[in-house]
Amino acid sequence: MTFSNSLELLAFHNVAYTIYALLIISIIAWFAYNLTREEKAKSIVRIPFYGYIAFLVIGGVGHHIFTYNAIPWVSEDITRDSIKPDKVFNFEIENHKWKLPKEKIVINCGEKVLFNVTSRDLMYGFGLFRQDGTMVTQMQVNPHSKNDLLWTFNHNGVFDLTSTEYSGPKQYSEDGKDLMKVEKIVKVVGCKEEGGKK
Amino acid sequence: MSLMKNLINGTNFDPNSLNALQKVTLRAVVMSFLFFGLVAIEGMIMRLVVTGDANPLPEMFSHPEHYFSIMTVHPIVGIFGSTYQLVFAAFMFLVPYLTKKPLYSVKLANCVWILITVGTALAWIAAFVWQYAPLYTLYWPLPADTKQFELIGGIVFVIGVALIMVGTLGFIYNIYATIFARVGVHKDKTTKELLISGFGIDGMLNLWNKLRGKQPYSKEPALSLPVVAIFRGTVDTFLDALVILGAGLLVLVYLIFDAIGHPLDVASINALLYKNFFWWGLDLVADGLVLIYVAGSWYLLATIITGKKLFMENVARAALMLELLVSWMVWSHHLLSDQAQPEMMKLISGEMVTAFELLTQGLALFITLVTLWKARPLKMTPPLAYLLGGLVGFGLAVPAGIIQADMGMNRILHNTQWISFAHFHIALIVGLYMTLYSALYVLWPLVTNNTKMFSTKLTWTHFWLYLIGGVGMGAFGGMAGLDGMLRRHLYIDGEFNTLMVLAALCGTMVLVAWFIFLFNIVMSIGIKGLIGIFLPAKDKSASYGIEEESTETK
Repeated sequence: MTFSNSLELLAFHNVAYTIYALLIISIIAWFAYNLTREEKAKSIVRIPFYGYIAFLVIGGVGHHIFTYNAIPWVSEDITRDSIKPDKVFNFEIENHKWKLPKEKIVINCGEKVLFNVTSRDLMYGFGLFRQDGTMVTQMQVNPHSKNDLLWTFNHNGVFDLTSTEYSGPKQYSEDGKDLMKVEKIVKVVGCKEEGGKK
Repeated sequence: MSLMKNLINGTNFDPNSLNALQKVTLRAVVMSFLFFGLVAIEGMIMRLVVTGDANPLPEMFSHPEHYFSIMTVHPIVGIFGSTYQLVFAAFMFLVPYLTKKPLYSVKLANCVWILITVGTALAWIAAFVWQYAPLYTLYWPLPADTKQFELIGGIVFVIGVALIMVGTLGFIYNIYATIFARVGVHKDKTTKELLISGFGIDGMLNLWNKLRGKQPYSKEPALSLPVVAIFRGTVDTFLDALVILGAGLLVLVYLIFDAIGHPLDVASINALLYKNFFWWGLDLVADGLVLIYVAGSWYLLATIITGKKLFMENVARAALMLELLVSWMVWSHHLLSDQAQPEMMKLISGEMVTAFELLTQGLALFITLVTLWKARPLKMTPPLAYLLGGLVGFGLAVPAGIIQADMGMNRILHNTQWISFAHFHIALIVGLYMTLYSALYVLWPLVTNNTKMFSTKLTWTHFWLYLIGGVGMGAFGGMAGLDGMLRRHLYIDGEFNTLMVLAALCGTMVLVAWFIFLFNIVMSIGIKGLIGIFLPAKDKSASYGIEEESTETK
C-alpha cells in the first residue's frame, strides 16, 4: 500500500481512526455494563497480559514502520540532502509579507521540487492548500534557520499558499482577512486523472 | 426545603465544621471551577467566530487582535487557573490523608491558590486590556515583538505567568515537605527509604526479586501508590515551572530593555534552540505530569471504588518510573515539521520514545480496568461512571496524538485542528476532567463532612451532557483538522462551517453541563456556605482522618 498524496492518506486515516474510536468506546461501554451485572460475564476474547503489552509495542513501533513504507515523502524528507531536486524555488518572509520567486511556479508531474524558505524576523509556516481547503504539505519556518521542503507532486492541481504558523495579528487585516494568503501560486500539470505521470 | 432556602443554606453543609485543610482545599476547588466556566465561555466564543455567517457574536470578537488574545489566555486560564488549581487542591488534601500526616503548611497552601488565581487574572487582563497575544507557545521572538504588542501588556502577562509558577513551586515545596516529614507512620523511616519508594525503585526491585525467585525487597512500601504518582508527577511539575519561569524571564528582560529605549537584538536568541528548550519544559505538562498524575488518580479511584488492592501494583510502580523518564525525552514530536531539527532527534525523541506513551498509558488503563473487573459486581455510582469516562477520554486522545507524532502524518497534520481537538481537547476535557470529577465525587464526603448532594439527577445530567459534548466537540474539530483547518488561524468566511457548527453545538453541551454542575454544587453548599469556605477556619488542623497529634497548621 502506498499513498500518492495527502488526500488518500487522510481518507485512510479518517476511516481507520473512526473504527478505532468506535471500538474503544464500545469496549469501555461493554465493560461498564458488565461491571454492574451479578452473573459472570463471558469474555468475547481472552487477551493475556503479555499479549496486550506486545500489541501496544507492535502498535506503537509498527505505525512508524508502516508510514515509512507507505508514505513516500518520509524517506524523501530524511534523505533530502542527498537528493538533487528537479526545481528549486526560494521564498523569503519579512513583516508578514512574502517575497515570492520571480518565475511562475509550474511543476511537472513527478518532479522533485525543493522549497527554500527564509524568515527575516518571526516564526512562520509554509503551507500549500488545495482549492477546497485541504492541506497538501507544510513546514515550520524558523527565523535565521534553514527551512527546506522537498516534495513530489503526483496529482494535477492549483494550490494556495499561506503561513501555517501564527506570527501575530498583523498577518490579518482588521476584518480578519489573511494577508499572507497567496492564491493559486503553484500549478502542477502533466499527471493522469487518477494521479501519476502520463 | 424551598429552592431559595437551598440556594442560601445548602443541604446540610456547615462551613464552621471544616478544618483548615478542608477549607484551603475547597477554596482552590471553587476558584478552579470559576476559571473552568471562563475557559468554556472563551472556547465557545472562538468556536462561534469561525462559524462565519452563522456567528451571532458582536463584530469585535472577529477582530484578529481580540480573537488571538482569547486564544492566548484560553490555555493559561484552562491549564493553570483551572486544572492546576483543581489538581493541586486534590493533592494537598490527599497527601496528608493518604500518608496520615499533617500538610506541611496550610498558610503556604493558601498562598498557592491566591498566587495562581492572581497570576491567571493578570495574564487574562494583559490579553483583555492590552490584547497581548503571542499564544501560549511563546515562539521566539513573537513575545518580544513590540511592533505588534504593547510593552505593558507583555510585562503584565509575564508577571502573571511568573506568579502562577511561583505558586506552583509553593505547591511542590508543600508536597515534598509533607512526604518527607518524619512524623506519624513515617517517624522511623529514613529519607533514603522515602526516596526509594517515591521513585518506585522498590517496585522495580520487587519485580526483579520475583524474577529471581527471591523474597520481595519491600513487602510494605513506605509510600502508597497514589502518593508515589504524586511524588513522581511533581518532579515534572518542578522542571516545567523552571523552564516557563526561565522563558518568562527572558521575555521580560527584552521587554524592559525595549521600555528603557535600548532594545536588544532578538536574533541573538536562536529561535529553534529556544523552541526545543520551551517544548522540553512545556511537554512535561502534557506528556509528563498529566499522564503520571492521571495514572495515579486512576489507581487511587479504582482502589477506593472497589475497596480492593490494586492489580499488579509493582508493575504500576515501575511503570510510573518509566513514564517519568519517557516524559523527559519526547519533546521533539512538537518539532517534526521543523526542517532544521536534526533527523535523529525527530526519529528517536519525536517518534520512538513518544510511542512508549502508548505502552505506559495502556498499562495504566489495563491495571485500572482489571482492578475494577476483579471486584464486580459494582454499583454504577457517579465516581465509577466518571472514572470510566476518563478512561474513554485517554483511550481516544493518546492514540490520536501518537498517530500525529510521526514524520509522515505530521507533514499533513501539524498545526491543524486534529491535534487541537482529537488529541488535547479530548485528553483534557474528557480524559483529565472526567477523572477529576470522579475524584471530586469520591472526596466530596471527606472534604465537606458528608454534605448531601442537592440532586443526583443533575449529577447524571452533567455526566451525559459533558461526556457526549466533550467527545463530540473533539470528533468534529478533529475532522475539520483532517480537512485542512489550521488551529492557530482565523477563519471568517465559514470555510469549515458545518463541522464548526457541530463542534459549537457540542461545546454548548459542555458549557451547559458546567452550569448544571455549578448549580448542583451551589445548591448543596448554599451561598452562605460558599462564603464560609473563604472565612478563617476555627479548627486549625492540617490533616484529615487521623488522631490529633500535633497536626496543627504552620
